[in-house]
Amino acid sequence: MGILDSKIPSGPLADKWTKHKNEIDLVNPANKRNIDIIIVGTGLAGGSAAASLAELGYNVKTFCYQDSPRRAHSIAAQGGINASKNYQGDGDSDYRLFYDTVKGGDYRSREANVYRLAEVSGNIIDQCVSQGVPFARDYGGLLDNRSFGGVLVSRTFYAKGQTGQQLLLGAYAAMNRQIHRGKIKSYTRHEMLDLVIVDGKARGIIARNLITGEIERHSAHAVVIASGGYGNLFFLSTYCMGANVMAAWRTHRRGAFFANPCYTQIHPTCIPVSGEHQSKLTLMSESLRNDGRIWVPKKLDDAKAIREGKLKPTQLKEEDRDYYLERRYPAFGNLVPRDVASRAAKERCDAGYGVNKTGEAVFLDFDAAIMRYGKEKALTSGLKDADNAHIRKLGEEVVEAKYGNLFQMYEKIVDENPYKTPMMIYPAVHYTMGGLWVDYNLQTTIPGCYAAGEANFSDHGANRLGASALMQGLADGYFVLPYTIGDFLADDIRTGPIPTDSEEFDKAEKDVLDKINRLMSAKGIHSVDYYHKKLGKIMWNKCGMSRNAKGLKEAIEDIAALRKDFWENVKVPGAADDKNQELEKAGRVADFLEIGELFAMDALERNESCGGHFREEYQTPEGEALRDDKNFKFVSAWEYKGEPKDAKLHKENLIYENIELKTRSYK
Amino acid sequence: MKIYLKIWRQKDASSKGKIVDYTMDGIEGDMSFLEMLDILNEDLISKGEVPIEFDHDCREGICGTCSLQINGRPHGPDRLITACQLHMRSFKDGDTIVIEPFRAKAFPVIKDLIVDRNAFERIQQAGGFISVNTSGRTVDANSIPIRKDNADKAFNAAACIGCGACVAACKNASAMLFTSAKVSQFALLPQGRIEATERVQNMVRQMDLEGFGNCTNTGACEIECPKGISLDNIARMNREYLGASIKG
Repeated sequence: MGILDSKIPSGPLADKWTKHKNEIDLVNPANKRNIDIIIVGTGLAGGSAAASLAELGYNVKTFCYQDSPRRAHSIAAQGGINASKNYQGDGDSDYRLFYDTVKGGDYRSREANVYRLAEVSGNIIDQCVSQGVPFARDYGGLLDNRSFGGVLVSRTFYAKGQTGQQLLLGAYAAMNRQIHRGKIKSYTRHEMLDLVIVDGKARGIIARNLITGEIERHSAHAVVIASGGYGNLFFLSTYCMGANVMAAWRTHRRGAFFANPCYTQIHPTCIPVSGEHQSKLTLMSESLRNDGRIWVPKKLDDAKAIREGKLKPTQLKEEDRDYYLERRYPAFGNLVPRDVASRAAKERCDAGYGVNKTGEAVFLDFDAAIMRYGKEKALTSGLKDADNAHIRKLGEEVVEAKYGNLFQMYEKIVDENPYKTPMMIYPAVHYTMGGLWVDYNLQTTIPGCYAAGEANFSDHGANRLGASALMQGLADGYFVLPYTIGDFLADDIRTGPIPTDSEEFDKAEKDVLDKINRLMSAKGIHSVDYYHKKLGKIMWNKCGMSRNAKGLKEAIEDIAALRKDFWENVKVPGAADDKNQELEKAGRVADFLEIGELFAMDALERNESCGGHFREEYQTPEGEALRDDKNFKFVSAWEYKGEPKDAKLHKENLIYENIELKTRSYK
Repeated sequence: MKIYLKIWRQKDASSKGKIVDYTMDGIEGDMSFLEMLDILNEDLISKGEVPIEFDHDCREGICGTCSLQINGRPHGPDRLITACQLHMRSFKDGDTIVIEPFRAKAFPVIKDLIVDRNAFERIQQAGGFISVNTSGRTVDANSIPIRKDNADKAFNAAACIGCGACVAACKNASAMLFTSAKVSQFALLPQGRIEATERVQNMVRQMDLEGFGNCTNTGACEIECPKGISLDNIARMNREYLGASIKG
């Protein structure tokens, strides 16, 4: 195993978690009162971990850059959360959820972690319902489910198109209960700038108070990084504007290995880019693919006419449309996994069939669904002779009840009515499967430093299935960390409070201040956004939906050059000891300029295509991803060695004992 | 198009603020309102000036961070959206736009257009939860059937994003809509009934302590709420509060 010990328990797959819980060390309730835990990030993973750990008796400090824990970007997750409840009686089980998730991840995740995720998934739903999370229900008063990409059962629980919001508000409420009891101290508008290691253990952080600019020292017996993903290095993404990799990256710089940085999820159904000044992209929930059909014109001439505004999509006859997902993947149709759907859209647009001005959009059409639902509604309402207009009206009402807020969001942004004309969509960066390397206990390679949620790497392999991120964030926070962190903390019951006046804190604080001073005193030619946009273009063009060795090598050089330019010439106005949003951005972009290079190196190293990582050199004659299990069935875990180019690669071999590795097929 | 901006600038909480004029040209209708401010800030940075600070994050109307009073209305002229969802197509060439922070005694200005909404946090901390342990085992989710209409009403109340537009819209700077949304969500669910009495009392007490004004029954909050939270919630909270007072 070398230095990467995943600590996967022995024994049969289904018994591993129970066995592990029985065997790891616990901290008795009286001693928990003497132990402090820092949690960075208050989304689903951080918020749920904070609430659970505080409830168990630990003293918790949470940190978030937003003005409230409730604003973390988990709030924007739309579609739903998976759980193997089998309420629909359609054959679901823990094993099937486990299997779908491993297959969906293109066989690049850890079996034991994923099985545990499936095992606790049902408990998450129970927990959230008892907290008052208002999931969608049917008329009998029981919970409703819908279907998501890459699976053949209905296991997704949802709250309209605002599932992430409702789940996060549940975790936030649980946090508030503990804040009220004094068990959580919530630091808002604070940003972690460094991890402090004392005697080889994570013992605190350096944070900046974003209102006063003050640099603060906070100590604890363990630190949990739950700061989300790094997709914002692409500049344009569905992430919130403030999402950043700072906490995770600076932890990496202090010794935590970074795993699979090149695994990025590009979500197929986002609103296309409209212009140069665009600051972010908006996702349209995958749940729309339950009812929407994706197509482009069959003929190049028609596509051209549509692009030029001479032809309306609704004028195109059925036989002139290419429902390319239904054509290529008859078994899963429009509900293929995200990586497959995104690549297929790019393939059609690259071939000249794109439908918006820039040729980078495909249609998502609800017409068939509106008519189908309308007919059903007419029948159940006893309307035997309803005409088409009436049926359409009824159908639009059904679709509105299901996806109303998404349709409204689309109309506000694009200024077109999606009930009357098909939506235009295009893939956009949405999630990063890579993250801090963690073992089965969610501990990074730094003792006492844990990573949860999107910030770690473990459960989604090379591609995440829809409605799995919420499941993983809450599983880590509510049900995994509260157990596993005790195993480390059991040795700290007599340690006492960690002092913040040590040499280690002095040094970390000095490093942070030096960095801030360098940013403030650069020559001041270009703004932070100038660099961020440039980095984004390099990433999207050379490390995006498809990659090749030549482009990746160029990206590595381009990013290194851009980083050098940034440190010499960036312009940060204002003062460091003040509220300063430009300085906040500068620190974040500085880290993106490092991880971007490691990302490209990782993508170059992985000479295969798997999940969201598509290397043009490795594909089947039909253009499907070609995995190389013989040589690449491992997790890449990078060790920081100074400049990104000096990073050292470690490999954790993935062992499949319960699933046979196959070519992923959705045909 | 050409736009004339009048923007509130204030160095920090203790400094005095003032309205500053800016002119922008070449604005396109497809730009979002905040993208227009991004361009203005890029321009200020290039001139060596300090850019305008404003709160924003998700830019898709769900995180509740943005908090701009645009031409006197929270989140601007359109209905059922936040400032980040507003597009410049809602304005026309030559328009003057006044941008201020949300105004309320309980929301002190931090800098420029950024306000401190911690008062909302403390109201939630006072009782906006159900006291069940998150780490333990609970009953199966489907063992608590809930009437669909109640579940839907609870969801509609729970859709509040905590932005504070209701407070900014109210001439009394009342937080009744915000507080009642959480009280209602739990009052409508069997899980929340158990602590309903204490919850409404504690949350209302905290709301009053924070210095929010009384409800005026004007309904401006409902009109300006980006999520369409209904005034019915205030009526429900009043009923809950009265009931709790009678129970003692």
